[in-house]
Amino acid sequence: MADETIAEVLEKRGFTRRAFLQLCATVTAALALSPADAAEMTRRLQSAPRPTVIYLSYQECTGCLESLTRSFSPGLASLIFNDISLAFNDTLQAAAGEAAESAKDTAMKKAWGKYLLIVDGSVPLPQNGAYCTVAGRSAISDLKHAAGGAAAVVAVGTCAAFGGLPYASPNPTGAVPVSDIVRDRPVINVSGCPPIAEVITGVIMYYTTFGLPALDRLRRPTNFYGNSIHDRCYRRPFYDRGLFAKTFDDEGARQGWCLFELGCKGPVTHNACPTMKWNGGTSFPIESGHPCLGCSEPGFWDKGGFYRPLSVPTGHWSRAGVIGGAAAAGAVTGLAVAAVARSRQDRAQKNRQSGTDKKNPKP
Amino acid sequence: MNGASLLDFARGPGFEVAVAMLAFGVVWRLVGILALRRPVDHSEPRTGWGWVGGLRLVFSRSWPRREFRERVLHWDIISYLFHIGYAVAILGYVPHILVIRNLTGLRWPGLPGGVIAFFAGISAAALLALLGHRMSSPVLRRLSNFDDYFSWLAVFAPLVTGLMAYYNMGDSYQLVLGLHVLFGDLLLAWLPFGKIMHVILFAFSRATTGTVYGRRGAAL
Ligand code: SF4
Ligand code: SF4
Repeated sequence: MADETIAEVLEKRGFTRRAFLQLCATVTAALALSPADAAEMTRRLQSAPRPTVIYLSYQECTGCLESLTRSFSPGLASLIFNDISLAFNDTLQAAAGEAAESAKDTAMKKAWGKYLLIVDGSVPLPQNGAYCTVAGRSAISDLKHAAGGAAAVVAVGTCAAFGGLPYASPNPTGAVPVSDIVRDRPVINVSGCPPIAEVITGVIMYYTTFGLPALDRLRRPTNFYGNSIHDRCYRRPFYDRGLFAKTFDDEGARQGWCLFELGCKGPVTHNACPTMKWNGGTSFPIESGHPCLGCSEPGFWDKGGFYRPLSVPTGHWSRAGVIGGAAAAGAVTGLAVAAVARSRQDRAQKNRQSGTDKKNPKP
Repeated sequence: MNGASLLDFARGPGFEVAVAMLAFGVVWRLVGILALRRPVDHSEPRTGWGWVGGLRLVFSRSWPRREFRERVLHWDIISYLFHIGYAVAILGYVPHILVIRNLTGLRWPGLPGGVIAFFAGISAAALLALLGHRMSSPVLRRLSNFDDYFSWLAVFAPLVTGLMAYYNMGDSYQLVLGLHVLFGDLLLAWLPFGKIMHVILFAFSRATTGTVYGRRGAAL
């Protein structure tokens, strides 16, 4: 089965060549490939061997998989997962219990060293990983084993990519991102809470045809994460003109002004929301009037509050206490310094009167 | 440390320490100076209105006297460009206003980003010119010490990094923004301890001088 090409698989399932080309067009458009690269992708997809994809879930909420399967282009997602490549996913498959585990083992053994491992969810480390176990095995040992046979690992969602919600302060389970554990295989981070469905499928298709995509310093594919939300935001002209909505229902909000003052993290968030949008290109959060939470960036839960403007200080210090304490300490220091200076002034005065001041002798 | 954690630090603990140092330093220096013993002037006052002289000097020293105008007026104008540009950038830019609102509850309308960038650009150019002048004029050079150059840097660094962040220069926006906020912290923390303290002390020193001379009947 591993030797079949993608085109053969699709043909067997009754897809016409026209449908295949349509699939290619969707993917290449999502990837914003040049026409030459798009043609190359189509050519390679035809002859590429059907990839094996193993999908494992740890500390996660299944939102990423929901995003994927409920996207408005289920055609694409289901094509990839049902018809092209998915060998194992414990949430989607019908099998359960030991049958499921043995299906996973068989799939992994068959494609050992070659499969693409998708992971969603973070991995807890303390107590030998006891906070997350699957079939009696800790997530950490399961992941280490699975990664051992993977050609590459795709960390889907912010939990897998950067720790996400489980990692948020105080991180009770000692969760870490996948890249903290998998160090000897390429890791691609497809962050987002959840990531856009077309981004997940696009990355998988790209990997299948061209191999590893170009990554940014957080290992996210630059195809999708190269721009900040702010760079591509249609409300940007209002930001530049200094026009900001101050509450969710003021005149500015109605006029579609910039959401910076309402806490928008768009300026420091890299994702494809403004261009690819959600729900099959319907809209994205800022377009619906809500500031960007920064969900595709590390530590986005702990940035001081979703509705606090980006520029304001984070932290929960007692402002009056800190400033008042510092001012009081300043006053005490000032008085002490002045007392010393005064006594020096007095001494100098006395010396001058008694004529013993050598520096300023009395005439 | 990457850009994100730098920004978190600069907006969080870094800012907190900076504001505490600002409060400590400003109060220390003001109390320290105001609690000094004033020398008693035994001479007969020429006028009972010495303090008027003090008040006048606070403003009249803001412009060069006629005798010096030809020599220094252009530098005064450049210095004004720097000060005004800097004030507009700090007080007119909405993200800055939000910081002030967050600390004090005060707020006022902001200016468009382009206007801010224009004033900030003028301010930066003026600062560079002033540094060049300081380093090339033999007199000023001898009068300058570490404080002058460090204070210049503490003022200049947030300005350029702010402009860089605005124009999205440098390959990581978060890093540039983090540096901008960090240099802002440095400026706040350093303000009371160096010559930048003149933003507060200028009025006190001018008023003191003006009052003393006013009492003696000197022309101000
Ligand atoms: S709404 Fe957010 S992303 Fe859009 S311009 Fe304003 S700050 Fe930038
Ligand atoms: S707009 Fe921001 S918070 Fe919302 S999905 Fe996109 S990156 Fe995440």
